[in-house]
Amino acid sequence: MATKKFMFVNRKAPYGTAYALESLEVVLISAAFEQDVSLAFIDDGVYQITKGQDTTGIGQKNFSNTYKALGDYEIKKLYVEKESLEERGLTQDDLMPLVWEDEDDDWAEKPSIIMVNRSEMADVMAEQEVTLSF
Amino acid sequence: MAMLHIVNKSPFEKVSFRSCLNHVKVGDSVLMIEDAAVGALEGTSFSEKLKTAMGDVSVYVLGGDLVARGLSEDRMIDGIKAVDYAGFVDLTVENETTQSWL
Repeated sequence: MATKKFMFVNRKAPYGTAYALESLEVVLISAAFEQDVSLAFIDDGVYQITKGQDTTGIGQKNFSNTYKALGDYEIKKLYVEKESLEERGLTQDDLMPLVWEDEDDDWAEKPSIIMVNRSEMADVMAEQEVTLSF
Repeated sequence: MAMLHIVNKSPFEKVSFRSCLNHVKVGDSVLMIEDAAVGALEGTSFSEKLKTAMGDVSVYVLGGDLVARGLSEDRMIDGIKAVDYAGFVDLTVENETTQSWL
């Protein structure tokens, strides 16, 4: 099967709606088809990968740890838009330190999060063959 | 007639939070729940709008919704009070009426 460039665009905060969890599930399914997958976190989507999420007070499952497993599924390009963080009073330090292991480099852990500005994000989107928006 | 205004949408995504603040009266209360909780943070593109409104209204946030999104209460705008579900119930009792800004 031909490999295509897939991008999942995440624009919603987690827990208030089902979009974030549904996106994550489709992302994991796409990994099984060995596609060239990228994730974009823009607007409120940046809240999906904040560190220290604790859902005990709202009675919902905390699925933030699943993002840490994406590297094991060869999903290692998580584009985060700088402007979206800034508008929300956040910095990269507020995000989980997501990594993937490079088997060609003695399984060294390398960062999966790629910080881009709005115009760079537009360029990444323009390169995609399939875009799925959540 | 004090009113409790309940907001559940992110101020960065929908206009409902702004619309709520544009319609509150002195002495009303505003409670942020679900995705609206992200609006409680200091230093955002929305915080000045909320701080201006706080001269007239009391502002609360459901603490569980804040920490679920990885945001700690010590990063809130000064003067916002975090409440739990029991506090949510108290607010509905203390106010004569409630309005949900969906």
